[in-house]
Amino acid sequence: MDSNMDSMNMPKKSPFSMQIDLQRFEKATDEEKKQQDVMSESTTFFKDGMRKLMKNPLAVASIIVLVLIILTIIFAPLIVPYGYSDIIKVGGKRDKSAKNLAPFTYSAKEIDYMEETGEKLFPHIMGTDSMCRDYFIRVVYGTRISLSVGLFASILVLIIGVLYGSISGYAGGRVDLVMMRIVDIIYSLPDMLIIILLSVVLNETLANTQNPIIKSLGTNMVSIFIVFGLLYWVGMARLVRGEILKMKNNEFVLAAKAVGASSGRIIRSHIIPNCLSVIIITTALQIPSAIFTESFLSFVGMGVKAPMPSLGSLANAAREGLQSYPLQLVFPAVTIVLIVLAFNLLGDGLRDAFDPKLRR
Amino acid sequence: MSDQSTKSGSLVKVEDLKEYFPIRTGFMRTTMLKAVDGVSFEINPGETLGLVGESGCGKTTVGRTLLRLYKPTGGKVYFEGHEVNDRNMKEYRKKMQMVFQDPYSSLDPRMTVEDIIGEPLDVHKMYSSKGERRDTILGLMSLVGLNAEHATRYVHEFSGGQRQRIGIARALAVRPGFIVCDEPVSALDVSIQAQVVNMFEDLQEKLGVAYLFIAHDLLVVHHISDRIAVMYLGRMVEMADADELMDHPIHPYTLSLLSAVPVPDPETARAQKRIILEGDVPSPLNMPSGCAFRTRCRYATEQCARECPPFTDRGNGHMVACWEK
Amino acid sequence: MEEKGKKPPLLQVIDLHTSFTTDNGEVLAVNGVNFTLEEGKTLGIVGESGSGKSVTAYSIMQILEKNGHITEGQILFQGEDITHYSPKQMNVFRGHKCAIIFQDPMTSLNPVYTVGNQIEEAILIHSDKSKSEARAAALEMLRLVGINDAERRIKQYPHELSGGMRQRVMIAMALASEPSILIADEPTTALDVTIQAQILELMQELQRKLNMAIIIVTHDLGVIAQMADEIVVMYGGRICERGTADDIFYRPAHEYTKGLLRSIPRVDNMKEKLIPIGGNPINLLNMPKGCAFCARCDEAMKICIDEVPPELRIHDTHLASCWMNVKNQNYMEVPDKDE
Repeated sequence: MDSNMDSMNMPKKSPFSMQIDLQRFEKATDEEKKQQDVMSESTTFFKDGMRKLMKNPLAVASIIVLVLIILTIIFAPLIVPYGYSDIIKVGGKRDKSAKNLAPFTYSAKEIDYMEETGEKLFPHIMGTDSMCRDYFIRVVYGTRISLSVGLFASILVLIIGVLYGSISGYAGGRVDLVMMRIVDIIYSLPDMLIIILLSVVLNETLANTQNPIIKSLGTNMVSIFIVFGLLYWVGMARLVRGEILKMKNNEFVLAAKAVGASSGRIIRSHIIPNCLSVIIITTALQIPSAIFTESFLSFVGMGVKAPMPSLGSLANAAREGLQSYPLQLVFPAVTIVLIVLAFNLLGDGLRDAFDPKLRR
Repeated sequence: MSDQSTKSGSLVKVEDLKEYFPIRTGFMRTTMLKAVDGVSFEINPGETLGLVGESGCGKTTVGRTLLRLYKPTGGKVYFEGHEVNDRNMKEYRKKMQMVFQDPYSSLDPRMTVEDIIGEPLDVHKMYSSKGERRDTILGLMSLVGLNAEHATRYVHEFSGGQRQRIGIARALAVRPGFIVCDEPVSALDVSIQAQVVNMFEDLQEKLGVAYLFIAHDLLVVHHISDRIAVMYLGRMVEMADADELMDHPIHPYTLSLLSAVPVPDPETARAQKRIILEGDVPSPLNMPSGCAFRTRCRYATEQCARECPPFTDRGNGHMVACWEK
Repeated sequence: MEEKGKKPPLLQVIDLHTSFTTDNGEVLAVNGVNFTLEEGKTLGIVGESGSGKSVTAYSIMQILEKNGHITEGQILFQGEDITHYSPKQMNVFRGHKCAIIFQDPMTSLNPVYTVGNQIEEAILIHSDKSKSEARAAALEMLRLVGINDAERRIKQYPHELSGGMRQRVMIAMALASEPSILIADEPTTALDVTIQAQILELMQELQRKLNMAIIIVTHDLGVIAQMADEIVVMYGGRICERGTADDIFYRPAHEYTKGLLRSIPRVDNMKEKLIPIGGNPINLLNMPKGCAFCARCDEAMKICIDEVPPELRIHDTHLASCWMNVKNQNYMEVPDKDE
């Protein structure tokens, strides 16, 4: 190509060859340049993670389901005029005819009563059970029990696991070796068997206690907590130890050492905060497994004591009338599935949003 | 520069520093990996000693052992004539600091810039009020060219160069007299390296700090250092004034290292005669007898295999460890 | 455009755009890149992280990550556009015509197979040789890349080799199918200086022997100066300037290149202070409207902020995109877009 081409033809090819707008070729001020070099908006790790979590439809759906369930179990007992252990009363009298009602139906006595007084009775949303109790309120209380067992057990696991794991991981060497072998031994025990054995033993010892807190909770509940605390922390401890070993090799830990920070300070302000997301995610995933175990134990009759319902014992009770009243099994079972699924999906969502390994 | 009356003149003196790591080589069998095997040097106040060598030669370990981030296997470290040991180390952490190689992993991602720079102040309780702490931090930030409004941001929002500035500010927080700079620019983009190198030089002028500048980029080291030491497999092979070393290298390893440096100039590059070294660096677990370099050295003799050459002065403080040269 | 009858260049990249879909929006990593590679020559692509140099190389091979795609432009291999190739055709291209070696040889070798297995596999895929022939060819490849004691090495696993040795094995694998282009993405960044010298020497020697073209992608101006015949300087996904090595090093015509050359320590500026480029590296999520470099440029003008500079021909072999050349009337012509 010729070099003088641009001066001859095609003005669009050389828009500036003839008439340069000199003003535009003045030096740009620092101000103008600075505007080009803006830092992106400040986001914290948490904000960024939350934004990602909110983009995940499954996680958002799980959060909604869980919030609804929690709101229901908090407020339903205030609204529903039935008790979980009481036979339905009509006009102050026990209504023995309200047995195994289908959802949203009334017993003969109730219908009579409503016709007499013109008063509208609160519907039996899930019908009633074989002992004339409102089933909805029983499921609500059962969910309360199951959820609180799950939460409390997970917190227990969290505390023990994090303490044990961080000591083992940070100390290293011989201490780590011994502590991890203990974990291995506990890990190798058949956990279902131990749970059943422990709950039998604990039930008996705790039965004689005068402690009011234990009494009000029921000895079975307390023994379930203890069993979870004793057995399920090992997974968390292993995980925390692994994370800490990884963190220990990070240069910022070395940097903190070079600055003169003590071991306690390093664990507290550097290592634990950086493991936090993994710990929270694991805890979120621990809750459904605890709920599951609790339901299982109640189902086989080792869980909470009657008349206190739990989702597992409700399902167990429904077994007898399964042929005639399958819905009595469906309600607690579906609730268990919903809770467990929601927690699992939420845990997955949290991991996708917060786990540093998966971040781009 | 390197006067013989050591105790009075030098700021940091390292004597026969050794760091061995036990490596499990089989079931119930451990071998000692001699990462640093008898290194001695001195650094004067306000001076920069460059330390170069290939990966695995122990240069990073020298820096870390010097600051007792690893427990030394042997040897002594003196600061201003006083021996540094485990007991008084916390005190010396205020006088000797470190800047790390990786600006990404050396800053805690869960902390704000303010807290990272403030950590040394917190640890050594170097302030009486929150306001004083904040003022000190902002002063440090402006010293390294960071905006005060960035104080509450988290490190992941910064570029590599800015992060390295944060790391430098953290090291300067305790007003140290000596900083170990462990490859502080090698993880940075070329266009940013000069900013950081210049900053190190400016800070030295302003604050009079001495540096042990560890790097593998010979041109950068030459630019910043007063003296340069070359390491090979845990030992020093040559140490001299920076220009002297670059212009008149003696040790065959230094020679080949210098000739291997790619010069950013096409004509020189075309004309350059390279001394391409044969083979690889031997494994430090399986060191050759005598001089560690003899397996790749073209001047190697029987004596080199028998005995380790002493590190001797060839005049003007030009130290070399070689039998032949 | 090329005249009829003339052999088209080995590789021609025309107005290449590659973008990535990320959580934070669309990132235009390569934004209109043009260059030509002739047979047997070495092209150096130099730039800092985020400049799009590696993405350009990966786009040619179409080995982008899942969220990346070529959105515009052509890549002509011997006159044939390969951007529309089917995955099958692309496999053939990747094997026979063009091979790539990466920065970290450890992660690009499979740790559970021996070196011999992996080279043989590369040979078997790309030829109809028998197993024993492939073995012999693998041995020959190892000798070609300067590995002594090839009979022993061929039975070893990647972790038993040193970094330099692994990079040699990678080169041997890449060359197994006798490609006409070798793309080397930061081939020596993970290696020590003395090993780097060995590998660079090896690449030059192999180039002479096999007459292949090399695209070397690096941030190291020293490596570029030693290896490249022609250089493309990239910043923020665009080409700043391109030309012969001498053009770029001795007559830089873009403020970024000038700044870069001022800021590196050289033999002749040891006693002076370095002159750094100010500011921070570009944020690809937040690209300026005008020249990508304007925020860091000492000479930045008002027009630089508003308008992307056009590529101007400074000299026969030398093109640059910088408004300073317009201001100083330092150009021959405005070349065609698809030139």
